[in-house]
Amino acid sequence: MKVNGSDYLVFDKEAGVWREDPEQAVRDDVEKHYWRNVGRAILKDWRLYLMLVPMILVFLFWRYFPMYELLRSFKVDGSDAQPVAEWAWKGFSNFRALLMGTGANASLSQDFWQALRNTFLLSFYGLLFGFPMPIILALFFNEIRSNGTRSILQVLTYLPKFMSTVIMTSLVVMLVKGATNTGGLTAPPGVISQLLTHLGLIPQEAANTGLLRSAQYFRAIYQVSGIWETAGYDSIVFFAAIIAISPTSYEAAQIDGANKWAQMRYVVLPSILSTIVIMLITRIGSMLSIGYEKVILLTNNLARDNGDVLTTAQVVSTFAWQTSQSSGSANGQPGIAAAAEMMNNVVGMLLVIGANTISRKASNVSLY
Amino acid sequence: MKRKLEISELIFKIISYVLLTAFALCCLYPFLYALFASISGRHAVEYNEIVLLPKAVQYEAFSWMFQQDTFWNAYSNTLFLTIFGTVWSLVVAVLGAYALSKKRLMFRKFFNFFLVFTMWFSAGIVPQRLNYLATKNVFHSVGIMDDKWMVVIAMGMAAMNIILLRNAFENVPGEIEEAAIVDGATEMQVLRRVFIPMSKSTIATVALFFAISRWNGYFWAKEMVSNDWEKPLQVYIRAKLDELVYDPETINYWNKNYATDSVIYALIVCSIIPILIIYPFIQKYFAKGANAGGVKE
Repeated sequence: MKVNGSDYLVFDKEAGVWREDPEQAVRDDVEKHYWRNVGRAILKDWRLYLMLVPMILVFLFWRYFPMYELLRSFKVDGSDAQPVAEWAWKGFSNFRALLMGTGANASLSQDFWQALRNTFLLSFYGLLFGFPMPIILALFFNEIRSNGTRSILQVLTYLPKFMSTVIMTSLVVMLVKGATNTGGLTAPPGVISQLLTHLGLIPQEAANTGLLRSAQYFRAIYQVSGIWETAGYDSIVFFAAIIAISPTSYEAAQIDGANKWAQMRYVVLPSILSTIVIMLITRIGSMLSIGYEKVILLTNNLARDNGDVLTTAQVVSTFAWQTSQSSGSANGQPGIAAAAEMMNNVVGMLLVIGANTISRKASNVSLY
Repeated sequence: MKRKLEISELIFKIISYVLLTAFALCCLYPFLYALFASISGRHAVEYNEIVLLPKAVQYEAFSWMFQQDTFWNAYSNTLFLTIFGTVWSLVVAVLGAYALSKKRLMFRKFFNFFLVFTMWFSAGIVPQRLNYLATKNVFHSVGIMDDKWMVVIAMGMAAMNIILLRNAFENVPGEIEEAAIVDGATEMQVLRRVFIPMSKSTIATVALFFAISRWNGYFWAKEMVSNDWEKPLQVYIRAKLDELVYDPETINYWNKNYATDSVIYALIVCSIIPILIIYPFIQKYFAKGANAGGVKE
């Protein structure tokens, strides 16, 4: 009930009369002087806002300004040194060239679709083979009752995670390299290639040319090295979920006569299901952000004369990288490259947001 | 309640021990192999004769490497980037996270979104490179000619780490902060005397993440630093790999009594030794980081 323009009356039950609401004056004041109050709050806590400044500058300069550079995807290719504003607008033709290029752009478009397909397949196989591994490891770790033994095993399995991509890929490159000609003699291929040939898993010729020069083996190498690198570390989250299960749950199941498999099925899996779902959703959300560094390092810096490995190894970000730089007589096409990254990253963002929304709806757990 | 193991449990236990031991050895063995191969003779390395111990031991690959000025230079660059980079990233992240953890911060939602959006959407490597070229000009024009400083300041910030810190700061009880303010502490004192000591383990975790990513950083250090003598160890290792493994000419005319691979293995050993030395002391923080970073409710 409004009286005299701005004051509200509230009914005082104890006294049985209408009174003015004393808080309303404050509320009105807050509303009327919103911006003045904001200014006062900021002035009062100016130190707090000063603390934010370095963080905001770092993110603005090196996370948001690159997004502005993405505008080049709508522009005519010019020199790298020119700022975005100096390039002429071109509309969507860069995107058209990539998605359905014909004539001069036919091979470009073909390469882009191949890169997109490779990106999806590398992620998909990563999901299929890489995702269950940490869960299995965590289940196994749970079986080891001796804390000392388990810690040692766990620490060893985390180890590869902390080695750089350069170290990891250098090891892979040397272990699966082809036969080399050293001082007139031919040395056999790398240790792992040799081992696989002896086991009859790969033909001798493939080992001799080098596994990383052939499109056929790249995906397997990528996944196996990926599992080796991250499975141990990723098992930490699942292991933490498993040890959080109360021992009484197991005891109850045992009294009911549940054997190991029944305990797994009815006690452990339901308890860690929410963790599994969340990790799966995160994984799906980051499907399109395949590590470009690893691909570049495994394929001899995307060399075109390195066998046919690029037909399975090239992902969208490395495709863009290669397209943006001039090679031989061909000029770099940074506009086209930016368009490729734009599409990849917009779809990637939609996946992340979608995954996060599903996660929030399904389990009340939001990742961000 | 002590009970006999059922047969299914026993089988599962045995499988667990065997497979985990096998996997753990798989994780360790490549590094041991790198060590053995770096000190084995040429024939043993080229003909894959090393299994469990080095063969025909030589130390010339190491001594050749130690004589290279470029190697020491690269190593010192890596130390520079790791030390200054970690300090810079940590200072920026702690200050930002502290401010974001305050409920009274105006436009808090907006600042959080500003941070989290970079986890959803990244421009990609081509725009990033163009942006670095532009910011490099800015750095040069204000007189910072050393590209190393550019790498220190521009690289290595991760929104996830700031969020980890923010969550840790939010968990500090408000009463303690109020008590400090009543005692007349300023904002910086509250941060230094209350929040930092009370979130020590998260700060240590985040610092380690920063340090590891700086030590291991390769791609942008390679792209952004134009002078060879300013490039870090990872770039140096990869350049040596290109020279000694990918280039058939070098290998064909190689006439030392250690293999070209031994040099790379020796470099790998030198790069991972610092991590291996501190690893036992810091691994508990990594485990903590994995859990905190994985799921937040």
